Amino acid sequence: MDKPKVATASLAGCFGCHMSLLDIDDRILKLIQLVDFDKSPVDDIKKFTDRCAVGLIEGGCANEENVKVLQDFRRHCDLLIAIGECAIMGGLPAMRNGIPVQECLAEAYQKGPTVHNPSQQIPNDPELPLILDRVYPAHEVVKIDYQLPGCPPPADTLWEALVALLNGKPLHLPYELIKYD
Amino acid sequence: MSDNLKVGIKNICREYGRDRSRLMDILEAVQGQFGWISSEAIDLTARELSMPRAEVEGVVSFYAFLHQQPTGKAIIRMCDGVSCNMNGGHNVADLFKKELGISFGQTTSDGKITLEHTSCLGMCDQGPAAIINGTVITHISTDTVKEIVHTLRETADPRKLVKTFGAGQNADRLIQSMVTNNIRKHGPVIFSVMEPFLALKNALAMNPAEVIRDIKTARLRGRGGAGFPTGMKWDFTREAEGQRRFVLCNADEGEPGTFKDRVLLTECPHMVFEGMTIAGYAIGAEEGIVYLRGEYQYLKNYLENVLAERREAGLLGKNLAGKAGFHFTIRIQMGAGAYVCGEETALINSCEGLRGEPRDRPPFRAQQGYLGAPTVINNVETFCCVTRILEKGAPWFAQIGSQASSGTKLFSVSGDCNRPGIYELPYGITLKDLLVEVGGEDAIGVQVGGPSGQCVSPAGFNRIICYEDLATGGSIIVFGPGRNIIEIAGQFLDFFIEESCGWCVPCRVGNVLLKERVNKILAGKGEPEDLAYLEELGKTVKTMSRCGLGQTSPNPVLTTLQNFRGVYEKGLKKPLDKMQRTFDLDSALQEAVRIQGRQPVHFQD
Amino acid sequence: MSDAITLTIDEVEVTGRKGQTILQAADDAGLYIPRLCWVKKLKPGATCRLCTVMVNNRPVAACTQPITEGMIVLHDTEPLNRYRRNLIDMMFVEGNHMCPVCEKSGNCELQALAYRFGITAPQYPYLFPRRPVDASHPDVFLDQNRCIQCGRCVRASQELDGKSVFQFFGRGAQKKLGVNAEARLADTNLNLTDEALNSCPVGALLRKRVGYAIPVGRRLYDLQPIGSEIEAKARRAANRK
Repeated sequence: MDKPKVATASLAGCFGCHMSLLDIDDRILKLIQLVDFDKSPVDDIKKFTDRCAVGLIEGGCANEENVKVLQDFRRHCDLLIAIGECAIMGGLPAMRNGIPVQECLAEAYQKGPTVHNPSQQIPNDPELPLILDRVYPAHEVVKIDYQLPGCPPPADTLWEALVALLNGKPLHLPYELIKYD
Repeated sequence: MSDNLKVGIKNICREYGRDRSRLMDILEAVQGQFGWISSEAIDLTARELSMPRAEVEGVVSFYAFLHQQPTGKAIIRMCDGVSCNMNGGHNVADLFKKELGISFGQTTSDGKITLEHTSCLGMCDQGPAAIINGTVITHISTDTVKEIVHTLRETADPRKLVKTFGAGQNADRLIQSMVTNNIRKHGPVIFSVMEPFLALKNALAMNPAEVIRDIKTARLRGRGGAGFPTGMKWDFTREAEGQRRFVLCNADEGEPGTFKDRVLLTECPHMVFEGMTIAGYAIGAEEGIVYLRGEYQYLKNYLENVLAERREAGLLGKNLAGKAGFHFTIRIQMGAGAYVCGEETALINSCEGLRGEPRDRPPFRAQQGYLGAPTVINNVETFCCVTRILEKGAPWFAQIGSQASSGTKLFSVSGDCNRPGIYELPYGITLKDLLVEVGGEDAIGVQVGGPSGQCVSPAGFNRIICYEDLATGGSIIVFGPGRNIIEIAGQFLDFFIEESCGWCVPCRVGNVLLKERVNKILAGKGEPEDLAYLEELGKTVKTMSRCGLGQTSPNPVLTTLQNFRGVYEKGLKKPLDKMQRTFDLDSALQEAVRIQGRQPVHFQD
Repeated sequence: MSDAITLTIDEVEVTGRKGQTILQAADDAGLYIPRLCWVKKLKPGATCRLCTVMVNNRPVAACTQPITEGMIVLHDTEPLNRYRRNLIDMMFVEGNHMCPVCEKSGNCELQALAYRFGITAPQYPYLFPRRPVDASHPDVFLDQNRCIQCGRCVRASQELDGKSVFQFFGRGAQKKLGVNAEARLADTNLNLTDEALNSCPVGALLRKRVGYAIPVGRRLYDLQPIGSEIEAKARRAANRK
């Protein structure tokens, strides 16, 4: 029988949650026995090749590309898990929520104290995804089945959750593994 | 200016004996004199009263009618109540915005007119209504908006807009208001001829315990809605230890759809004050306070004059009505636009010059109420009943109405019916009979007891209005065919969001969350799971909130979910492939499209 | 002990003293009732409502309700715990609680309660309000994003410091913590020794330049749920028997 497939993506995140996934250390070997990775930065597969049992989403939605990727994940994954504070509540990128887009762009590319941009141009290449009016937590865009908090979630949390869900068992995280930082 | 302010505030504070418990009066006087309450005014007031400025600012910022920003010479406070809006209030509001070129909460650039929304004004039977600098304007239509704006621009005097006076005392020289009474049904208790001062005479001929006994024999229960037995309340207060005692009259009628107290204060003030005096005698109090909602400011001079008349007639003051040793005075305390002050302990806080936040119980107000003294608080209508009971006798009163609900009840009827207005009817009437009485037989739903009460569907029209079944403070809003029950529930939620004191988490946050989900359903994006979500959230707010406002605030949603389930279900959609219907990429990108001047990149799968 | 009062909390017989509230009697008996706005040295505020318990089928705040002889209290019930969880969720979505960048993380009572209730994420939509940070004071931050309006600083300043540095302004959803000055915390008489500074359960009120002093893993709630210290009393008492 084919192994179940797992896909992962980092949207408006810092890849810290993916690093944490790698932090499961030698258990990664067990994981490989358990699952195949489909679309994921881990194996650099860019497009879904198959339906996946589990999708892991790091980061919230800050731009149109994030939205498209997230919706694509929802279509291809049986279970979608938001991992980390950014996917769950927008995280640090969401600190811009409430501030108009114009002000955000000006701060980032024109007025910010660390900006060096003599032309004062705001990047506007047609290939660049447009940013959303605010950062949306993943569950505001698609339905999310589980949320694993942390910044990043501890490697043990990710491991416990993956093993439980792939074996069709209910997810019960012990006290030590629920952390928001 | 600054010196003026200094002297002005000094004088005002001196007038109130630098008594910080009179902060409401002081702030209203400051605003009356200077138009608004500036940061400097807050500072000066705090200094005069030797209190922290933060506490003064806390009070100023709590009340809707106290302004921390300069306002126009005329302030149009447009009623945002459901009844007014059912009569076209939204259209009127939109036209005001258009004519004035401003939004609600703004002032015209010439500094002449400020436009504000306000919660129910108590003019539900003659809306859309607005209060302009204290003057009530009723029956506003899209035809009259232009004229109102024009007149205010020319003169800033809203009294010029009052062409005819309403019936009865509304035409009194001290009121001169266009408000009408619309008393549709006279009953035996309230709206029938009264022999002047007989009640007080009868009361004073008895000892206080006998007066309370009579109130108990009459089985009088509070008319505000909760229905606590009045005699028992008086007993508790009488028995409590204290040097001073107080009688408070709750005239903070603010439940949307209620306006009976307005009519009582206009037509039967003697009955109200006499009831208070009798209460004072019964519990051993020498001081009474009428807490009059800010919206009824236009009645204040008239009521003050009635009090003066009673003082002159020896019916208030020392050894009143010839009863040696019984002294009683009444003063009027103005509110300033806060529905929550109708909650008894919040009302007490407001009378003491504090933020109108409810208090924790215990201590109970019968033991520690106003200024820490034993206090009785009753509804305006309850005091009227007291007067009639003492005039006509307890047995007479007890035989009216039903077994556990004696007497009559005043109903304030508005909405989709032919004869909106005030009805005095005995307890025990069915909702169906009431609808026939008011000309609202084709109702698809009736809001009984205002938003904090319940929305009854036709299946419940055989229910009986009394304390045991459908209890109500008197608000009856009729919804005719074509009304959107969910939209109305949403408007009621807006009311609670606006009027919550914000003290406790469930009421402050929970109602905002309820509204978010109701909006989702109204936008056609609701899914089956949203109904369970609303129920759970509503129950949380109901169970966990601190006071009556919070505990009843989810009722618009909970009672419509219960009685109009089908309406909700009809508006729901099937879940959408696990996508969130509420997320709209195009609108989320609108701002960026505008700023960056290009269309979204269409990422392919 | 003539002022002893016996009551029952979730079928456990508890002996308290006259004048105690349900919450105090429960604490003494080693029964932890969740709370956020209540602290020992201050008068109760009853703003958070987490300590709501049922007495005679009516919800009451355990922090304000005095105990009476024979009182029967229901506390650890499924619906009450669900409602408590809902309230915790409400506090999270009402403000902007960025735990990853908050110095209070690990020592925060709101966060600790969420951990205790096993909350992985709030179930309500985030409201993302726009709120200011007041960094004007030389020694203290006031970050309104994290304020849950428990009122502990308001009461601590009044009751313990004899000042009135903090007060609530506005009402309803617009209610917020205000300071005793025209606008800035720097213009109040708050200073570093004020008890008010120790009163904040979250990271709204923080001393400057002392953040992140305790390493992750050794912070107050890293290993032990909030309330453990109270429950330990019951365990010790049980061991003695």
